[in-house]
Amino acid sequence: MKAKIVITPKKAVLDPQGKTVQTALEHMGYTGVAGVHVGKYIEIDLAPGTDKAAAATALDEAARKFLSNPVIEDYKLEIVD
Amino acid sequence: MRFAVLQFPASNCDQDCVHAVRVLGHSAELLWHKETSLGSADAVIVPGGFSYGDYLRCGAIARFSPVMQAVKRFADEGGLVLGICNGFQILCEAGLLPGALVRNRDLQFHCEQIYLRTDNFSTPFTSRTPRDKAIKLPIAHGEGCYFADPATLASIQAKGQVLWRYCDASGAVTDAANPNGSLLNIAGVANERFNVAGLMPHPDRASEALLGTDDGRSIFESMVDALQQRTAAKAA
Repeated sequence: MKAKIVITPKKAVLDPQGKTVQTALEHMGYTGVAGVHVGKYIEIDLAPGTDKAAAATALDEAARKFLSNPVIEDYKLEIVD
Repeated sequence: MRFAVLQFPASNCDQDCVHAVRVLGHSAELLWHKETSLGSADAVIVPGGFSYGDYLRCGAIARFSPVMQAVKRFADEGGLVLGICNGFQILCEAGLLPGALVRNRDLQFHCEQIYLRTDNFSTPFTSRTPRDKAIKLPIAHGEGCYFADPATLASIQAKGQVLWRYCDASGAVTDAANPNGSLLNIAGVANERFNVAGLMPHPDRASEALLGTDDGRSIFESMVDALQQRTAAKAA
């Protein structure tokens, strides 16, 4: 079982990295790009036999308190078998 | 007065902070991040650097270190805490200061001299700052762009918690004088009780004229004044 956490900058936060990647894509000729947001992806391997619901609760807290900063970032947590 | 200067793996301005305090004639001791007590410290400085390699986010891991739990208790009890550069990022991550620091708007690491306008002189960190000029301090950071949501920005402005803003040599707060894209040119803020403050520029690297500017001294002198007033008030 794995936890997958995707962290992205909040829309209100300046994202110069996303902007730079967008500009580069445009320069390379990729059209139709309306916005790019560069974030982080964290994968956590869960020990065999871990209770899925309990892991979801614990990791949601960890994502809120530590893995992301709610002032500047949003996160999505997913637990997959 | 006794200052505790925290030391994390990859702190690199800890010795500068110790020196800045000692040239004022006060004592400063380094405190390793695994310590759980601040001992008899009168004030705490969280220095600059790249604590824990800046992994995850700047300051994100340092905030959970044992010594930071002691700093939180110290701050809750009203103790004076100053965070400089990475120290400012750590205090924001710890929730001791409002807002967050994100990547500079031009994605460049900025290492240069800047000017600061002081917006509130009635704090333990700014009382000795000269009223009539912008102070000149060095910056050295890649992630110093101050961000807070609109409600927080309005609140900290209304309460006078914005202590320092980037300006030009004449004191004008302009976009050209903003090195990193910080909202409202904010370079440093305080908490609501004004016993915790942080800023991206380095007063520790500007405490002697030999270093090009000694404008940073006034920030440490302000803290010493505030501590001496507290001691006098306790004795009375």
